[in-house]
Parts: sequence; C-alpha cells; structure tokens
Amino acid sequence: MSASVYVPGDSGALSIGAGKVAAAISAEAARRGIAISLVRNGSRGAYWLEPLVEVVTPAGRCAYGPVRPADVPSLFAADFLSGGAHPLALGPTDAIPWLKGQQRLTFERVGIVDPASVVDYVKHGGYQGLTKALSLPPAEIVQAITASGLRGRGGAAFPTGIKWKTVLEQSVSQKYVTCNADEGDSGTFSDRMLMEGDPFALIEGMTIAGVAVGATAGFIYLRAEYPHALAALRTAIAAAYQARYLGADVAGSGKRFDLEVRVGAGAYICGEETSMLESLEGRRGEVRVRPPLPAIKGLFGQPTIVNNVVTLATVPWILAHGAEAYANFGMGKSRGTLPIQLAGNIRRGGLVERAFGLTLRELLYDYGGGTATGKPIRAVQVGGPLGAYIPPAQFDTAVDYEALSAIGALLGHGGIVVFDDTVDMARMARYAMEFCSIESCGKCTPCRIGSTRGVEVIDRIIAGVDPEHNVRLLEDLCELMVQGSLCGLGGMAPFPVQSALKHFREDFRGRH
Amino acid sequence: MDTLPPSEAALVRRIVAEHRGRSGPLLEVLHAIQGAIGYIPPGAVPVVATELNLSRAEVHGVVTFYHYFRTTRPGTHTVSLCQAEACQSMGAEALAAHARDRLGIDFHETTADGKFTLEPVYCLGNCACSPAAMVDGRLYGRLSPEAFDAMLADTTSA
Repeated sequence: MSASVYVPGDSGALSIGAGKVAAAISAEAARRGIAISLVRNGSRGAYWLEPLVEVVTPAGRCAYGPVRPADVPSLFAADFLSGGAHPLALGPTDAIPWLKGQQRLTFERVGIVDPASVVDYVKHGGYQGLTKALSLPPAEIVQAITASGLRGRGGAAFPTGIKWKTVLEQSVSQKYVTCNADEGDSGTFSDRMLMEGDPFALIEGMTIAGVAVGATAGFIYLRAEYPHALAALRTAIAAAYQARYLGADVAGSGKRFDLEVRVGAGAYICGEETSMLESLEGRRGEVRVRPPLPAIKGLFGQPTIVNNVVTLATVPWILAHGAEAYANFGMGKSRGTLPIQLAGNIRRGGLVERAFGLTLRELLYDYGGGTATGKPIRAVQVGGPLGAYIPPAQFDTAVDYEALSAIGALLGHGGIVVFDDTVDMARMARYAMEFCSIESCGKCTPCRIGSTRGVEVIDRIIAGVDPEHNVRLLEDLCELMVQGSLCGLGGMAPFPVQSALKHFREDFRGRH
Repeated sequence: MDTLPPSEAALVRRIVAEHRGRSGPLLEVLHAIQGAIGYIPPGAVPVVATELNLSRAEVHGVVTFYHYFRTTRPGTHTVSLCQAEACQSMGAEALAAHARDRLGIDFHETTADGKFTLEPVYCLGNCACSPAAMVDGRLYGRLSPEAFDAMLADTTSA
C-alpha cells in the first residue's frame, strides 16, 4: 500500500509555496522509488504553519510544517512517511493546540477531505443532511433552520430560517437559491477556504435550501478574484451531477435542483444582496430599493434565497445533527459557531472556528500570539472595510453580534485585521472613505459624493488645515452618510472613520 | 466609431451565440470576450448589443461599471497588488512603491515593452499571508520587495 501524503491545494497555502513542496515531494518519492498517494486537501486554516504537510500513520494524521521545498529530502531521510522525528514535526495534527481547542462544525471537513471527491465527502459524513431533509416536509426543514438560531454569516446576521420561510410561502412556479460568494471584505477568507477545501458542503447546503423552499435552480455568485475557488466549485459541481446529487432527480428523490457558478467582475458592491442580483441578471451592480425583499421579488423577479457561503455550508450540519445540537453552541442571540479569521499583522493568523462568546483578547493573544512584527497591537478592525476600529481597552468584548454592537462595532463576516503601533489612524480613516468612493455604485448621493468629500476633508486634516473645524465637518459628513445612504456601503463606510475619531483622536491633529 | 477586425467580430458573435440561451448572459459574454482577446475592445460593444438585443449604452454601462473589465489591451502579465487593510497592516503601501519603482509604471499602466500591467486589487482573500498579489491567476503571499522581484522573474520564466 502506498503512503498517503496531504499537501494543501488551498490558494493561501499555494501562495507561500505549497505547490513547490508538493512537486518536491513527488520528485523525491520517485527518485527513491517510493509509491505515494498525494492528496491536495484544503487548508486546516493554520496559515502560520503552511505549507503544512500531513502523512497518514497508524496513529492518525501527523503534521510537518512549515515545509519549504529544501526541507523535503531531509523529511524523507527522517522517514516522515511513517511519522518519523524531524525538526518540523508537529505530531498528530488534531493535537496541535491551535487546532485542538477549536469547535469545527461548518469547517469540520476543511483540510481533511479531498475537495474533488464526492466519495470522500460522503465518507466523512457528507449528504447526511440532505438525506434527512428529503425525509421531512419543507416546512419542517425551514423550522429546523429557524430553531438552530442560524443567522446570516455574510455580515447582516439576519435569521436564516425567517428568510427561508418567506420564500417558502410564495406560491409561484419558479424560485431561486443564490449564494453570495462575493467575499470582498479585507481580512476575510472563510468563504474562500470553504469553497476550496469542502465545496460539496456548499453544494449540499444549497440543495437542501432548494428542497426546503421549492426552488429548482441555484446560482453561486463568485468574485473574480477567486480563480482557485472557481476551479474547485466547477470540479465539485460536475462530480455532484455525475453522482446524481444535482440535476433532475436529486439523490433519487424525484426533485430537481440545478446549480451553476457565475463570476463577478471586481465590484465590492456586488456583495450587497440586491446589487448581486442585478449583477447575476447581467447588469450594472446598482443596489435596488427595498421593498420588495429578494425573498418575495428577487432574481429575475422571482422569490429568491440570498445567503452567504458559510451560512449555506452550515445547513448540512444542522440537518444532520439537529437544530438543538447547533443551538447549544454560542451565547445570547448568537447561536452556533463562527469561523473567525485572524488577519493582517498577526503572528499566528488563520481560521478559528469557535462558538460565539470568546473574547477578542483570547483570539488576538491566545490564538494569534500578538503581532507578526512583535510590536504592540494598537487597533483591530473587525468586520471588514465597513467595520469599526477597536482599541486595546475594548479587547475583552465578546465575539457576539450584540456585544460588538453594544460598543458601536460590528461583527460582519468575522474577519479581524490587526495593526501594530505604527499605524496612522487618520490615514486608515482616509482609506475607508477612499475605498467607498472607488466602490460606490453611484446610485445615491450620500455615498457617491460623500465619500469623495470625505477623502478631501481628511486630506485637509492630515495637512493641518484648520483641523478642529474640519474634524467637525467630517463628523457631520459621517452622520449624513450613515443616515442618508441607500445601502450598507455608504451607510457603514463612516464606521471606521467615526471609530478612529473616537478612539484615536490624537492622530487627527494634523501635519503628519 | 471603433470597428472590430472581421476575425474578432466573428469571434464575438460566436461567443454570444454560445451564451445566448442562458439567463442574464451579459457578464458571462464579457468574461468570455476578455478571456479570448485579453480585453473588451470598444468595437465589441455594438456587436454584443445587437446580438443580445440590448442598447449600446447598456453594454457600455456594464463594461465600465466593473473594475475587472478593461477596454485597453493589457501587458503579457497582469500584476494585481492587494491594497486593502490587511495587506496595508503588513506594508502593502511600501510594496506598491517598490513595484512602481521596479516596473517604472503607476497603477493602471503597462510597461513600455508590453510585458507587465500593474493593477491595484482590494482583497485576494489571502489576509493571513499579507501582503498578497496575484499574477496571471497565481496567488502570492508574504511578499517582501525581494520576493516581489523573484515573483516577476518566476512569471517571465514560466
């Protein structure tokens, strides 16, 4: 029997050399006449250990990392294929403390399975949720999602079951399930990791959604910046059709569900759900005025579920294990787990899936180990480019929708970007406005014009032109954008600016 | 008005024909044109409009709305440097300065020899390995100025 070796094909791991490591392992094995079976899995999410190579031993999977191509001959010399001792040896993968304490539900298979194999997916518990769903009346599937407490993981945190119920209640012949995979927030990569590492979980989740509300077609709206995820999804969708988990007769149920991927074209605004629907229809991604809600009048004017990747990929777990099992994780109104992404200037960055409720401090120091540069953390931005900057004095805040909201921040898609003490918060505030001006769809004035004026005002503050007056003007402009914008882009772009003004006022005194 | 050479016009019509049966096909059509030609020539706009029964304004509006679609020929290799927050926290601005200096061009420009186009991008989803860049669909992380130079060398030798 040939030895099994896992080298991630995840794009983040590839970005720091996993492809070259895989090639070196194949070449060295051939040179030594050793037969190996090389699996390109997703990433376990410990990017600080990537490229992380795993081997299958009688004691389970053992890890080595971070591996460089030059380390490969010495790994073979140490008989790493049997778990041999080596300076890069990390022991059993599941026992690595950073991974061991996590509560992986949505990400239970990511980094473990072969993302191209439907057989491997089923072997690891895949399609149990769909089987369960097919045994239930539609209303009971929706009820299970409602009872689980699952809320939209894309950022808006709207209760998923309520959205589904609205779509279920529409009696029309054509409904749609759409997946928002336009993960554009800086500091977030959980959607990408999931689509690359366990694409069948998303496919199964969308299929269950289709069965639940009576939708026969689904679209994944994927951002153009994710070519690796596109390839993984296309491979998995083809395999799911082949295995009859998609198509005219889903798993022998007689129900139809078709699924295709549509690729965006580099517009951040298309992560806003109505803008995404416009884009899916082949138009400019300008936001629609609500009502009507997409659940009533969505894609091509039909009732449509719009959910984020992580939300949909969590659905199979809930169906397979029960709503109560999921709701038992978490705190308050934030039930279940959240895949949190530690990003930016952090020593041990990556994906941490834990029940809601742990504090920022635990994440930043216990998991993250502080900054990568070794300097003190000065600020973290939670929730992407529209999220607030949080100072160290508030690091005991729990990761929970309501707890963050209580300090004027937001959880968003669960990304945390860390900055050390060299950061200039006036410049970060300027960037928030600049980003909004670049990405504004242009439909409403507060966002389109306000963001440009915001950049100009902050430029004057930085240049030292009457900073007191201009800070007041900036605060006024922020208020106007928050109150007057049509959607979350213009309505939330002021949050990082306002929080920077509130917590880091000393950076707005001018003459930088 | 710009017109397409007959071979490209035929190519555009063929692409539209392939996607015509799909719902909301315009973005798919534009992706296919850019994939085949490298950009969306202005002369393709009226052809697509006629074939899909849209107005030229609608097609032009879509082409110009999305950052990814370009209306000029790019260099042989497109270097997209992430400029978003996570990469900024790890020195993306200094890396961009190095890239401009090294290539002798600013963002949205192409080198005189037609080899490289430099574009900013706002997040490549590689935020635990910042700063990041993408070249011709290949992702790079933890880029130092030296690693950036190696990346360019890697690209031209591949």
